[in-house]
Amino acid sequence: MRLYGTEITSRLMLGTAQYPSPAVLADAFQRSGAGIATVSVRREAGAERAGAAFWSLVRELGVTLLPNTAGCHSVKEAVTTAQMARELFDTAWIKLEVIGHADTLQPDPFGLVEAARILTGEGFRVFPYTTEDVVLADRLLDAGCEVLMPWGAPIGTGLGLTNIYGLRTLRAQFSDVPMVVDAGLGLPSHAAMAMEMGFDAVLLNTAVAKAGDPAAMAEGFAHAVQAGRLAWQADPMEPRDMAAPSTPVIGRAFLE
Amino acid sequence: MKITLNGAPTDVKAETLAAALDELGYADAKVATALNERFVPSAARADAVLSPGDRIEVVAPQQGG
Repeated sequence: MRLYGTEITSRLMLGTAQYPSPAVLADAFQRSGAGIATVSVRREAGAERAGAAFWSLVRELGVTLLPNTAGCHSVKEAVTTAQMARELFDTAWIKLEVIGHADTLQPDPFGLVEAARILTGEGFRVFPYTTEDVVLADRLLDAGCEVLMPWGAPIGTGLGLTNIYGLRTLRAQFSDVPMVVDAGLGLPSHAAMAMEMGFDAVLLNTAVAKAGDPAAMAEGFAHAVQAGRLAWQADPMEPRDMAAPSTPVIGRAFLE
Repeated sequence: MKITLNGAPTDVKAETLAAALDELGYADAKVATALNERFVPSAARADAVLSPGDRIEVVAPQQGG
């Protein structure tokens, strides 16, 4: 899988927040096989140095970093956060979040397109956190995005893919655009379903970090992503309403 | 002069952003900065002159989803 010209071997992307400890985070990453980790920026007090400790932890993971603009509600805030993240993490990649609604954490589509255009113009490689809306996807591609990250469900809900029709339509409309289902996944089966539908990767955080055993759940997701990808490549059968015998009926013994 | 650091009222003697970071304990810290909601690259901090009432944001790497 190539994202902005970079070859990524794992189709599972994992967040770094909410783990019970740094050791559990590292263990979860190892068992997930994730190739990309999402990270963020936050205020730091003068003598705190929490950022330096986290920085050394994520560098030891040996994965590609994807900083986000989580929590930003305006274009200006998201752009400035992206600029600070680029300097801190030394990468032009940015997972662009412009949040438009406090309860659903749904993207603000208008602000998202505007911020994507500004950041692309400044040389950023934008990964927009978006919905399954095909018109919005089209505008984001026009703005210079080469990857889309449609949500499965609102962030942190664990509801899975709540709009199968919308996601299927989005996938079909832009079949050549790398797409990562981001947010709302709760179980490995949700990830498998997204991959079976032809999405290129999935990104999750809470489902692993908040599991009773995060490392085991991370490995479960890794298997599900592989299973779903194989199924997509294998061209699944068409479902049908009536039963069709799988065992050949010709030559069956007559025993009545 | 009185400025705002990460949302909190703060007094500094420094006249530039670079000097203020030293004074406030950020020397050699891995941080990025914004002055009055505009990003200031690390190389530009020494030339960023402060005025009373300025708003400084100092951020560091953090966990994210």
